[in-house]
Amino acid sequence: MDTQTLIIGLAGVLFAAAPIVFAVLGETLSERAGVINLSMNGSIILSAMGGFAVAYKTDNIFLGFLTGMAIGAAVALIVAFASITLKQSQVAVGFVLTLVSRDLSYFLGNPFMGQPGPRLSSLSIPGLADIPFIGPLLFKHDLMTYFSFLFIFLAWAWIFRTRPGLMLQGIGERPAAAFVRGANVNRLRYFYTVLGGALIGLAGPTYSLSVKAGWNGTISGLDGIGWIALSITIFGGWNPLRAAFGAYLFALLQWLGLVLQPSLPGIPSQVLQVAPFPLMILTLLFVNIGNAEWVERTLAAMPEPTRRVTAKVLRALRASPPAALGVPFERD
Amino acid sequence: MLKNNRWINLAFQLAALLLAVIFTTLILLAAGAPPLEAYKNILMGAFGSLDNFANVLVAWVPLLLTTAGLLITFSAGLWNIGVEGQIMLGAIFTTWVMRLLQDTTMPPALILTLAILAGMVGGALWAMLAGALKTFGGVNEIFGGLGLNFVATALTLWLIFGPWKRPGVASMSGTVPFDDRLSLTVFTGLRLSPWALVIAVAAIVVVYLLLQGTYFGLRLKAVGRNARAAFLLGIPTWQYMMMSFALCGLFAGAAGAMQVVAVYHRLIPSISSGYGYLGLIVAMLVNYQALWAAPVALFYAALNIGSIQLPIVLKLDSSLSGVLQGMLVLFVVLVEGARQQLMKKS
Repeated sequence: MDTQTLIIGLAGVLFAAAPIVFAVLGETLSERAGVINLSMNGSIILSAMGGFAVAYKTDNIFLGFLTGMAIGAAVALIVAFASITLKQSQVAVGFVLTLVSRDLSYFLGNPFMGQPGPRLSSLSIPGLADIPFIGPLLFKHDLMTYFSFLFIFLAWAWIFRTRPGLMLQGIGERPAAAFVRGANVNRLRYFYTVLGGALIGLAGPTYSLSVKAGWNGTISGLDGIGWIALSITIFGGWNPLRAAFGAYLFALLQWLGLVLQPSLPGIPSQVLQVAPFPLMILTLLFVNIGNAEWVERTLAAMPEPTRRVTAKVLRALRASPPAALGVPFERD
Repeated sequence: MLKNNRWINLAFQLAALLLAVIFTTLILLAAGAPPLEAYKNILMGAFGSLDNFANVLVAWVPLLLTTAGLLITFSAGLWNIGVEGQIMLGAIFTTWVMRLLQDTTMPPALILTLAILAGMVGGALWAMLAGALKTFGGVNEIFGGLGLNFVATALTLWLIFGPWKRPGVASMSGTVPFDDRLSLTVFTGLRLSPWALVIAVAAIVVVYLLLQGTYFGLRLKAVGRNARAAFLLGIPTWQYMMMSFALCGLFAGAAGAMQVVAVYHRLIPSISSGYGYLGLIVAMLVNYQALWAAPVALFYAALNIGSIQLPIVLKLDSSLSGVLQGMLVLFVVLVEGARQQLMKKS
């Protein structure tokens, strides 16, 4: 493979990862606040369909993106209402919403199946795009890909470098303490869940109007992406930078699967398409296994040099969820 | 004033049902479809003829089997989303044993029994994999289970397109169908097998008795309510969790086995047909109690079968049934939450 092909391939990876980055950042914000939005797999599909349908009808691509965000925010609002106000199980409501949103998009999207629709055009940044290697890699994309780069750093800076971000960490880790400090825990949780939902909803039209332009119902190839994004959120340890790294890693693996397919004729394409999922289990295993009790015991029994190296590797991979994730907050 | 009264609870549940129907009707109107026509079509599709009703029962069998299994994992406080893959592994193990034994001189009844048992073992092993990931790897059962579902799909496809492919060309239509003598007996002229019905009904009865009438069931529920407290009381917590995964896998595996020996007579790519996810929905709707599982599963199976005709007659997507099925649970959960909050205030 020559450099030219490699650069184009890697630029394609950044492009294909953009919607996953949005979804992962949205879920990270929501979970940082203490709310698991399990509806992601369905709301991405529904916002993809809704965004495409609106862009197709109005011929306005930006209305399509706005619709997607509104749909994602609306689904997240249901999750927030059911879990924060009604104190029902987040997992149960999120799971039902996943299925409902998916079926709803197949049902309502039926008339738009296979229609040729608008597509986001690419936007080279003058000057920067001409830099050798870096230009074609980073600066010859469409608007959404640039946004995905930008949002990673915005989300990171917001969570770790601002006062409200500190409060966000607080309501996810120690809601009672944050409350004493004057945070309106439940209102903030609503805010971040809906904001995160809007970001998740942005992922949908980024597929249907850009990365996988068009709406093709059950064969749109969007079913399953939300579940991947959920596990990337965990892999990312609720840190936007690490989560984005996970999203790019996933897109890279998918691309490698495509590139390598001709040299692996024995494996049917359907199998390669699901190859990321076992990898996802493995990464989750590595991320979580450091938390298991028996691992600590095994570590303690190891000879000193091995123990130190193993412990270091495990600690680097390890991630712990926000302490109050999924736990409703009641002041009493 | 709202008292915790049986009639008021019933009224709330009816309100949830009504809201779900209203919402689905609005969606139908938004799609420009005649709602009454659509509902009538679903009703006729499910109960319009003996044939149709028999098909509802054919769908009821795997749904009831998976729901029965899921009631056990839910009792232990586990979200066994991996049930979909457990159905597939059941189907794969059943197909495997059938392929091994089909050319032997063993009596068909024995081959079928062994194949179904193998399916149950397959489902249980796959469930225990999710359980082991949770217990020893700290991987939440939802993510482990989901990942394993996709792996099970890949495994099914690989078998159909690889080692078990039809002579000549492999295709999405599945493996070579088994000989007629190797399928469960059916009622004359129908696709419904009395044996499959018996197995499904027996399953839900067994689960009901297990959860309501045994010490094991009681301790399992203690683990589900508060694993830490149960552990301190001397219940071997992780063993109970693994056990509930294994038991659920047995039932899910049986569902997969039924799909092979009684419905499709071969392994097909979509062998689990989403019955695992639907079973989770049914279990939620019956509030994780075995008593109502059978009628609610029947209703959901009727919606599935009834909507098959929608694309042909009304040019609507059959996913409408999924919308209604999901809306129903969503509104039941929301209304129940509202009731609890209202009661707390009054």
